[in-house]
Amino acid sequence: MAFHKINVTINDDLEQVVVPSNMTLMHMLRESLALTGTKNGCSAGECGACTVLLNGEPVNSCMVLAVECDGAKIVTVEGLAGKKQLDPIQEAIVQEGGVQCGFCTPGILISSHALLKRNPNPSEDEIREALVGNLCRCTGYVRIIESVKVAARMQSVTT
Amino acid sequence: MTMNTHPSLPEFEYVQPATLAEACEFLASHAVEARPFLGGTDVFVRMRDGFLTPQFLVDVKNLKGLNDLHFDPKAGLTLGAAVNMNRVIASPEVKAYYPLLAEACRSVASYPLRTRATIVGNICNASPAGDTIGACLTLDGVLHIHGINGPRQESMASFFLGPGKTTLKLGDVVTAIHFPIPPKGCVGMYLKLGRNQLSDLSIVGVTALGYPDSNCKSGYRFRLALASVAPVPLVPTQAETYLANHSITPESVHEAARLSTDACSPIDDVRGSARYRKQMARNLSAKALAEVWKKLN
Ligand SMILES: Cc1cc2nc3c(=O)[nH]c(=O)nc-3n(C[C@H](O)[C@H](O)[C@H](O)COP(=O)(O)OP(=O)(O)OC[C@H]3O[C@@H](n4cnc5c(N)ncnc54)[C@H](O)[C@@H]3O)c2cc1C
Ligand code: FES
Ligand code: FES
Repeated sequence: MAFHKINVTINDDLEQVVVPSNMTLMHMLRESLALTGTKNGCSAGECGACTVLLNGEPVNSCMVLAVECDGAKIVTVEGLAGKKQLDPIQEAIVQEGGVQCGFCTPGILISSHALLKRNPNPSEDEIREALVGNLCRCTGYVRIIESVKVAARMQSVTT
Repeated sequence: MTMNTHPSLPEFEYVQPATLAEACEFLASHAVEARPFLGGTDVFVRMRDGFLTPQFLVDVKNLKGLNDLHFDPKAGLTLGAAVNMNRVIASPEVKAYYPLLAEACRSVASYPLRTRATIVGNICNASPAGDTIGACLTLDGVLHIHGINGPRQESMASFFLGPGKTTLKLGDVVTAIHFPIPPKGCVGMYLKLGRNQLSDLSIVGVTALGYPDSNCKSGYRFRLALASVAPVPLVPTQAETYLANHSITPESVHEAARLSTDACSPIDDVRGSARYRKQMARNLSAKALAEVWKKLN
């Protein structure tokens, strides 16, 4: 099987990685780059634990080939916070207790961050729809949804 | 560098052709071993499950023109094959002229999956459950295909032959889907019954489109398409003809729903039994027709 040399910007760092054709973006992040914040829940596009931003849009990284990301910009949960400050959704999820075991959290954070970017003031229905592909087996979702609402309010105060 | 790709995909070669002609040639000369892909959301799952073992995956999504979304108020809408479903949903022209298409896309999986999933992939996968297929059928979608003998067009209506089977030939790449301007005053709706409200494949799906048409005795024409009730996405033409020839009343709507159920030949599977599917096909057809009728008035 052929290997491909790709250049990809991950959380603002340019990386050169050699990947086999069948390697997914998720496995490249976790195995080649030790960015284990991105979780492997199902490897089938169902659970959302592996969600990252690909050129600004959330994708299930288990459903993207690494080789397809040549020239792309990736943001993982490790790259969400600024140098000194957490992203509002991180701040809010800590404050609201939207985390229990934490396995779903990286995906929830990325999906919510992307939602708040395209829709800074989402309704509860819009939040639920945006998170339909992010399964959480612990929290019962109520506090997660509350966190997104709080983050929206935090953002509207700071901007 | 060591690489542990478990439980990743089986081995294959990734191929990125530079031109459409190159893609078609490669696909034609690697009959069984090569397969085109766009978002990969069907292909990867089936490879992981062992149902597909292509030696080459041909990435066609970066070919010229495949990412174009073009609307013309006279000619209609052309969606490049690689235009993902979230882009379709977000397009102001789709919202204004083809809301049914956006509604159908919104019923597919989740936002992150729709960043990758495409309407053309949904169609080429040819699953009777494909959620966007009903909208494409009722909106008279036409596929633009490039084959080894050059470009051609094929209507959605004659495209499906069986589960996973289409009229596509060796070396064919679908490059776009085109929709004419929808009939004046049309109203559409997609009712999807899944195991949960969002994100699962349909147990039954009903697409209904209605519009004023003076050529019909009833003054209105209705189009219907049913998902997950037959080996192919089903257009119950008898029900459509019945409604064109009878005035629209609660009784005629129920008769049309019964006729569309008669055309169904569903199977039992993990999502529902054949019997349940038939009953729900009738209920949802009646509901969709009644709601569309209400909005038309
Ligand atoms: C978690 C999950 C949830 C899902 N939920 C839904 C759902 O709710 N509703 C639904 O309808 N589907 C669902 N699907 C299935 C899938 O996402 C859709 O069918 C999607 O539209 C496929 O598009 P794609 O671009 O990813 O197709 P791909 O996987 O890239 O391709 C699909 C098929 O089309 C062929 N093909 C691709 N491009 C071309 C081309 N240009 N020319 C000729 N042939 C081509 C491929 O060889 C393959 O057979 C789901 C899938 C997953 C993984
Ligand atoms: S690991 Fe990718 S969606 Fe579950
Ligand atoms: S916090 Fe445990 S899965 Fe969500």
